[in-house]
Amino acid sequence: MNSPTCSTTDNWEHVQAISREALGEPLWRFIEECRAKDHPESHLISILHKVQSQYGHLSPTHLDAVAQLLGVPAAKVAGVASFYHFFRLAPRGKFIINVCMGTACYVKGADRIAARLMDELGITWGETSKDGIFTVEQARCLGTCGLAPVLMIDNEMHGQLTPDQVPAILEKYLKKSRSQTGS
Amino acid sequence: MSNKVSQQFNALLARAEQALRARTSARAIHIQVGSATCEQAAGADEVLAEFQKHVAASGRSDIQLRRTGCTGRCSREPIVGVLVPGQIPIKYERVDRKAVHEIFTQHILGGQPVLNRILDGPVENLVPLEILTCGSLRCGWREGKSFVAVLKDKLAAAGIGPEQVRVTVGSCFGACNMEEPSRRSHLLIRPAKVLYRVADEADLDEILQSHILGGRVVERLQVPGKTIGRKFLELYGDVAFFNRQTRIVLRHNGVVDPESIEEYFHYRGFEALTKVLSRGNPKWVIEEITRSKLRGRGGGGFPTGEKWAMAAKSPDKTRYLICNADEGDPGAFMDRSMLESDPLNVVEGMIIAAYAIGAARGFVYIRAEYPMAIRRIENAIAQCREWGLLGKDILGSGFDFDLEIRLGAGAFVCGEETALIQSIEGGRGQPRIRPPYPTESGLWGKPTVINNVETFANVPAIINYGADWFSRIGTAASGGTKVFALAGKIRHTGLVEVPMGTTLRQVVYDIGGGVAEGKKLKAVQTGGPAGGCIPAQWIDTPIDFDTLTKAGSIMGSGGMIILDEDDCVVDIAKFFLTFSQDESCGKCTPCREGSVRMLEILERITTGQGTLEDLDRLKRLALLMKKTSLCGLGRAAPNPVLSTLEHFRDEYVAHVVDKKCPAHKCTALIHYQIDPEKCIGCTLCARNCPVPCITGARRQPHEIDQLKCVKCGKCFEVCRFDAVLRL
Repeated sequence: MNSPTCSTTDNWEHVQAISREALGEPLWRFIEECRAKDHPESHLISILHKVQSQYGHLSPTHLDAVAQLLGVPAAKVAGVASFYHFFRLAPRGKFIINVCMGTACYVKGADRIAARLMDELGITWGETSKDGIFTVEQARCLGTCGLAPVLMIDNEMHGQLTPDQVPAILEKYLKKSRSQTGS
Repeated sequence: MSNKVSQQFNALLARAEQALRARTSARAIHIQVGSATCEQAAGADEVLAEFQKHVAASGRSDIQLRRTGCTGRCSREPIVGVLVPGQIPIKYERVDRKAVHEIFTQHILGGQPVLNRILDGPVENLVPLEILTCGSLRCGWREGKSFVAVLKDKLAAAGIGPEQVRVTVGSCFGACNMEEPSRRSHLLIRPAKVLYRVADEADLDEILQSHILGGRVVERLQVPGKTIGRKFLELYGDVAFFNRQTRIVLRHNGVVDPESIEEYFHYRGFEALTKVLSRGNPKWVIEEITRSKLRGRGGGGFPTGEKWAMAAKSPDKTRYLICNADEGDPGAFMDRSMLESDPLNVVEGMIIAAYAIGAARGFVYIRAEYPMAIRRIENAIAQCREWGLLGKDILGSGFDFDLEIRLGAGAFVCGEETALIQSIEGGRGQPRIRPPYPTESGLWGKPTVINNVETFANVPAIINYGADWFSRIGTAASGGTKVFALAGKIRHTGLVEVPMGTTLRQVVYDIGGGVAEGKKLKAVQTGGPAGGCIPAQWIDTPIDFDTLTKAGSIMGSGGMIILDEDDCVVDIAKFFLTFSQDESCGKCTPCREGSVRMLEILERITTGQGTLEDLDRLKRLALLMKKTSLCGLGRAAPNPVLSTLEHFRDEYVAHVVDKKCPAHKCTALIHYQIDPEKCIGCTLCARNCPVPCITGARRQPHEIDQLKCVKCGKCFEVCRFDAVLRL
């Protein structure tokens, strides 16, 4: 069913099989759908979004599989993945803490929120806590400037923060994490 | 208009109205809860669920709960509106679970509004009748005493006190498009929702006698039809933050359910599209938009009609339309609000634009950081397809157009149009040299029109209410309004839509309520990382593309950050440059290298290692980068530095010569000290010091060891006796 346009190797069937296995069925089916449309390569970013939302990050295996199945050079896939801030090339913690460092948050003391957060977790930007639960990331602007300073954990917003609220917020997610693993 | 298009439209409208009638009743009490990202951050979901429980428990079928978009009154969210038929709508601020219970039992069941929770309250008492007058200076009553003064005199003479009738001065009602001779004023009577047009005192007398005293509407003076923003004012007209604004693009925010195409139809939705398609003349649309003096709202300010005309005259018939919803400026959230609160308006604007330029395919390029906006726009597109408003043969006109969503991935430079095109094509978002402009050779080499969300959101209103009306709202060179995201050190944060030409003072003080915590205004930062800081003494600058450029800043997409005396402009310039440097795509040398070098100089200055020569070097580098960079990002990145150097040179000098940060913000240039006179020896600072570097016995003045101190400022924050000094 796959058009042979990208079967440049004589072991294409093998390559295709391992690429599909690396991504899983929903993803490779999505890539097939994209290939059926015009300008398939223009869907590269949305494919990477889907891969990341399933696996949490983009590993070299994922990138290679996408390149094979979409029929675009691996260098281009890697180039795109590394260009955009949203894509992460290394595994992350269970919860991603996005501290907004936009202008409104900055003038309202986001740096102090961030400092407190890093003190509590003992990590800095882009790092993951030792227990693998939190990753701290710097957000450009979360667009909720009216509630500045804000931070977002997964898709939950916490606004009008003071540094002293940080430990309680972390505790809430730690509890959540414990109850998830405990059950 | 009884052609095929309007017949199809009428059928859809009837279907929408029928669906609305089936699920809402005019006699019911409506509870509306805002539901955009910020409202949810403030807890709107919980509030909605709590109301659902209360409604269910009450067993009442005449109470209807609805979800609306966001009004843009961010710092008071979640906002809940209670609409009892025949009464002025009541809006509550910062509603939580406890408040839900109070509102439900006291107001909805008991009929007594909860006065201490009212938006911008608390209020002492509610007036049964309110007159909102048009306060626009451009048109209206111009003889003798001011309109409001005459009105107030007349009410007083009739023995009607402020406890019975409240008179509020608003902004423009947008009713003047129907005005034959101008020099007339307008007033809106709430809760009757009657809009009057008055020419002289005799008219006022008649309204007073007949309507206010007698309760009979004066039909002769009534303004017919649905004027723009009217529904918004009927709901929110008593709130100063709102009634001083002119809501055109935000007219449905907080009014309609953003996920209901039926409600959008109810508020004149797709009327503009019908008008355009039944005329069947794309040229006419472009002429209307050109005449309206609409300029690109993404920040560039390029005349929209001209851009469309360039694409329309291209010999290539495959053309594309792109909506730039990659709102990347930190401090800007207008586009997000429009997409979340009134997505169908943006979609309608896009369909009209596509028809005008002859595009069959369109894209909404939206940043991945806005999950709710993505969901809402997806929903709007799906509904439009289902209702035959997107796809083949739209409204039976023979015109085909469809929309797709493309996600960004967190690259600021993708807001630049050529970079955005690269990104839609699936590549790295790096800009290329213009010309050729995208209108000539854009997406996949085809003529492409790229406009910002707000630009498209203006289009249906221009078609519905007329280009002349729109152009009259703004200045001579620029029609309509601009939406600003007001944030930073301002009392009322939120979305503000004002006519072009409004002064910064009006926005900051009349609408925004002035600087928070009684501090002094230092500067207004507009345009995000590409803009500049306008100093407080320029506060009377009218807002327009050209005036802001003259003031050393830019209009930008609409971020407006208020800085007070505690903000250091050097630090702000460094903040923006850090941003731009990080976002520089690296393709051209001036931007890639220049931004790094400028940042190094700023770093030196803020750490006390700068010299006076550094200031000259900084300026030379900034001008070079501005002149030689490839795209808008690099050309605008030095703006924050240049504007602060221009307006606040003394502060830079203080950093490099006196080694002092006048705003006490730059950590390396400040130190903390304990005033022995004020210190009572409570030990609070010593206990909170992370180093620790504070010594002193209980009940004895404490001391900070300057060599050990890391200047975290904790002692300054915790001291209750103002004994810790930041110097």
